[in-house]
Amino acid sequence: MATELKVAWGPRKDNVYLGKEITRLDGVEKASGAAKYAADANPKGCLFAKVLSFKGGAGKVKSLDLSEALKVPGVKAVHAFVKEGDELQWDGALVAAVAAERQEQAEDGVRAIKFMFDAMEHFVDEDDLKGAEAAKRTKAPSERSKGDVDAALKSAAVVHKGHYGIATISHMCLETHGSCTRWEDGKLIVNHSTQNVSGTPANFVSELQKQHNISVDAADVTVLCQFVGGGFGSKFAADDWGVAAAKMSKEAGRPVRLMLDRATELKIAGTRPSGFVDVTIAADKDGKIVAWDSHHWGSNGGMKGGNFNVAQMPYVFGFDNLKVKGTGIMTNSGPDRAWRAPPHPQLCALTDTAIDDIAAKLGKSAVDVFLANIDKTPEKLQATYVAEIKRAAELIGWAKKWHPHGKGGDGDIKRGLGMALHTWGGRAHAGTCTVRINPDGSVESLSGTQDIGTGTRTAIAMVLAETFGITLDAVKVRYGSSVYPRSGPSGGSTTIGGVSGPNRRAAISALGKLFDVVAEKHKVDGNSLTAKGGKIWSGTKEICTWKAGCGLLGMMGIETTGEGPKDDGLTSEQVGGVQMADVSVDTKTGIVRINQFVAVQDCGLIVDLLTAKSQVYGGLIMGIAYSLTEEQILDNKTGRYINADLENYKLPRIGDIGELIVEMYQPDSEYERGVIGLGEPPVIACGAAISNAVANATGVRVPTIPLTAKRVSDALKAAKA
Amino acid sequence: MRDPREETIPHADGSGFNRRDFLRGSGAAVAVTALATSEQGATAQDAAKKNVVSAKAQDVTLNVNGKDHKLSLEPRVTLLDTLRDDLNLTGCKDVCDTTNCGACTVLIDGKPTYACSRLAHECVGKKVTTIESLAANDPVVAGFVKHDAQQCGFCTPGFVMATKAFCDKNPGATLAQVRSGLGGNICRCGTYVGITACAMELVTKKGGK
Repeated sequence: MATELKVAWGPRKDNVYLGKEITRLDGVEKASGAAKYAADANPKGCLFAKVLSFKGGAGKVKSLDLSEALKVPGVKAVHAFVKEGDELQWDGALVAAVAAERQEQAEDGVRAIKFMFDAMEHFVDEDDLKGAEAAKRTKAPSERSKGDVDAALKSAAVVHKGHYGIATISHMCLETHGSCTRWEDGKLIVNHSTQNVSGTPANFVSELQKQHNISVDAADVTVLCQFVGGGFGSKFAADDWGVAAAKMSKEAGRPVRLMLDRATELKIAGTRPSGFVDVTIAADKDGKIVAWDSHHWGSNGGMKGGNFNVAQMPYVFGFDNLKVKGTGIMTNSGPDRAWRAPPHPQLCALTDTAIDDIAAKLGKSAVDVFLANIDKTPEKLQATYVAEIKRAAELIGWAKKWHPHGKGGDGDIKRGLGMALHTWGGRAHAGTCTVRINPDGSVESLSGTQDIGTGTRTAIAMVLAETFGITLDAVKVRYGSSVYPRSGPSGGSTTIGGVSGPNRRAAISALGKLFDVVAEKHKVDGNSLTAKGGKIWSGTKEICTWKAGCGLLGMMGIETTGEGPKDDGLTSEQVGGVQMADVSVDTKTGIVRINQFVAVQDCGLIVDLLTAKSQVYGGLIMGIAYSLTEEQILDNKTGRYINADLENYKLPRIGDIGELIVEMYQPDSEYERGVIGLGEPPVIACGAAISNAVANATGVRVPTIPLTAKRVSDALKAAKA
Repeated sequence: MRDPREETIPHADGSGFNRRDFLRGSGAAVAVTALATSEQGATAQDAAKKNVVSAKAQDVTLNVNGKDHKLSLEPRVTLLDTLRDDLNLTGCKDVCDTTNCGACTVLIDGKPTYACSRLAHECVGKKVTTIESLAANDPVVAGFVKHDAQQCGFCTPGFVMATKAFCDKNPGATLAQVRSGLGGNICRCGTYVGITACAMELVTKKGGK
């Protein structure tokens, strides 16, 4: 009788690896500098490319002459991204590229390019709805409504009108976008900085054909990416500059490495759209919100005029009486790309701030008002939210520290508390993998996935080691190459489910086959067998070691494939999450400091508790960045992105984050849900939580995030006047 | 990582003059000024003229990780580009190119330095130490792994070098000193909690000696 193993996760108490804190397997490689990124690729004969990007708000190409660049010593290839008459619609738009023997020679080549343009009108004031309307830069608004807002407003105990906003930010990947391309015997090999190893070859093929009339079969394109220096949602495509590198590489007959320079990276390689909103919100005397009427606007760059869907506002809460209107603005600024949890950080920042203000108007604690409205959140999350709010409140000492808005102390430094909550799907993406059990007992997993810093490689090894009852070092995880079985792009918190499901399925299938062989040899029932601690057992009786069992397999060993997602309970979706901030505001300078920042986060079955917590810490720190300092600053007069460097695009440093307290919410009921992604959720509620804490400290709402010293000072001055 | 056109001031004759060329040129000039002072009888101006380094590639010997490397480099080439592109020591990363982020941190004569802020020619006669020189069981590397003080890993080698230099020099440092002392590096993924825990463990161990 063939062994029939059930596809499921094992009992939680029996786990050796799952849910434990396991250090990442590529940790030493990264920390010792041995890890090679696309930016480090330097094959023999490699040329180094630099781009010329547009410096202005908008312009039409008058002339572009690359002939002088080609005469520069060391320059081997040039490429024009635009031609005469083309319009350049935002600062940083690509004009040309030069590939040379050395980086400084490529820079010389870029300087030798003769480029003239006629300036065109630009519009970059993404927060200025009236100005945008006057300049005809708005798209027709979309609207939705539910219930009777007017009647609800009339009968409400309190009504609050507020304005809130959140600025555009850039992804700021420390490894800029780019690739190192080379052709060998008509085949294209790309070291690509990507979140999408399996999906990018086809993109190179179609763009090479479309843009440069270069034909290559997808089967002859290999994309490699073992390590990627940050992506955050911006690295899914071949990109025009990657395609240009491949073209120059073909022309020069040499490898070409083209990584964007920092300024161009910030301008064109991805932004998170802005959002601004006017809200009227009303509640009854118990804090139950009875009406919501809002009009939001903002820009997603790229002259697209898109804005988040009216169905997504207000965030998480489905109030009974709603009117929502949204208007997209077209600005001359670099196009958006998915930025960690799109567009939830903005939705949360425009919703939970208004809820906090109505709580303040009622003289109630935000915790009480959020709890009073939990019945308006998705039903499956309500119990989780209640538990997480209570736990976060305990961790931050809410009951002891809380005071009404504006009662943050008598001195210049005011202290306050704020909270916000979020949700995210995190369903497993489609993916396949191959799992091998070799006759020597070693085990391999092969898949065209990528580890963008989340610990994918470690998670795969843990799943296989757990399933086979062997040690982590017996598992070899092969990933980061498009020649392996296809796996989905790492975006939207889909990877952990996307790799753990297929690997568990393939491993259980392989284990069943191994048990068949062992059962036959040892004359036992295959269905009585288990693999634990490097041995194979029948009940409590040891049958043989793992290695001896595998030794029965013959030269071919076992190879199985796994697919996903499936409805077998290994993975699921939708998490909650609650965050609370304790801040101090210096009312003389406007500087906000984080004292404590608490996150309580659920994510179903946790694979690696250590890297899971790291994801949440990272989310909080990125959240502090966009809440306090980080933003794209476009100059109205010139249309230029004036802080496109790491000096003026302000990110927090190690001393700027206060004390972070992370607790994973993991009752058995979470374990039973199966694996759910975690990358996005912890970055969502930060903006609203911090803004609410500042409002609680000072009694003044600083409308727009990030709460820079200037914005805080301006708001405090305006409130006094 | 700098956009080469970003700070170019065009001249009427079409030639460009930019900050980096100036920085590179003046850096090299500083390096030779010490030699100039020993010359007798020459006016300062003559000496300066005589010692202006040619813009052309010249032979230099750089001592990196205890080994001499003979290279031919233009005076404007940074130590960072030399380490990465000529010596293939890619642990130091090119992230900001404006001495803000610390991803290119190396040690020069034991002192943590942004490799993007030094010209290769300036480092002749000095001992350059990169992350690649660390032993496989280096306690700082092990500490980063233990405390999961890394995600994408791109800032990590620079942070490891900065942490190593800080902890060697400041045994028994306080939390506030760690936070201030490691403020020269930037991480985007948000690994500061792990790095702080790692550094605190290292300074506590060293302080207990």
